[in-house]
Amino acid sequence: MKISTIVELLDADVLTGVDHLETDVHSACGSDMMSDVLAYVKDQAVLLTGLVNSQVIRTAEMMDMVCVVFVRAKRPTLEMIDIAQESGIVLLSSEKRMYDACGTLYANGLNGARHE
Amino acid sequence: MSEFLNFHYDVDGDNFVSAGQASVQVKKNLRQLGLPTEVIRRVSIAMYEGEINMVIHANGGTADVDVYEDRIVIRLADKGPGIKDVALAMQEGFSTANENVRSLGFGAGMGLPNMKRYTDDMQIDTVVDVGTTITMTIRLA
Repeated sequence: MKISTIVELLDADVLTGVDHLETDVHSACGSDMMSDVLAYVKDQAVLLTGLVNSQVIRTAEMMDMVCVVFVRAKRPTLEMIDIAQESGIVLLSSEKRMYDACGTLYANGLNGARHE
Repeated sequence: MSEFLNFHYDVDGDNFVSAGQASVQVKKNLRQLGLPTEVIRRVSIAMYEGEINMVIHANGGTADVDVYEDRIVIRLADKGPGIKDVALAMQEGFSTANENVRSLGFGAGMGLPNMKRYTDDMQIDTVVDVGTTITMTIRLA
């Protein structure tokens, strides 16, 4: 699935990374606990979260993720946007709640990550 | 082989927002060395979890990453409160972190287990009220 499709499906705003919307992603995970996200190491490309602090972007960076979706209309700080921009990570914000956002993407073929 | 590259970092204990900066830098440095993506990811996640732990529990410390021909050794040293029960701390889900830390997305009791998961060897040297040194090794196959 292309990130542009995620934008469409979640009716999301693109906060940074417009140049990377055609990137293909193959799996995603949703969590507000960053350590849970860090427990899954392989092939995750998208993080959906309701948490807003700079460690969210850093976690994505460590995991080589390419897109972070803030659910429930959460907005990242300018500092977070700067970090994401530097690392080429796309930031999206959607009004959907976590369950709905994850369900929508899953139903459209974006799978979860395998646990190692 | 005894020759190695050393990267040394001071981890600021007061600032949760900047926690992880050393790990970001390590990731960049290892990329420049042309190491495999999977290795870089394992090193940076293990170090990141350790760095977060040092900020949450120990008011910071130092991080050293030694890159040898056949392995990478990460050494995280702090002068924090020490770990009272290492076996308990290694259990997934056990955490002594407070609500504030949890609200920031950490303190799920996954830090040490994750560090062990992503490294080939992990040694914890800890003395209560003195500090903790964690040494992790990742072999380069």
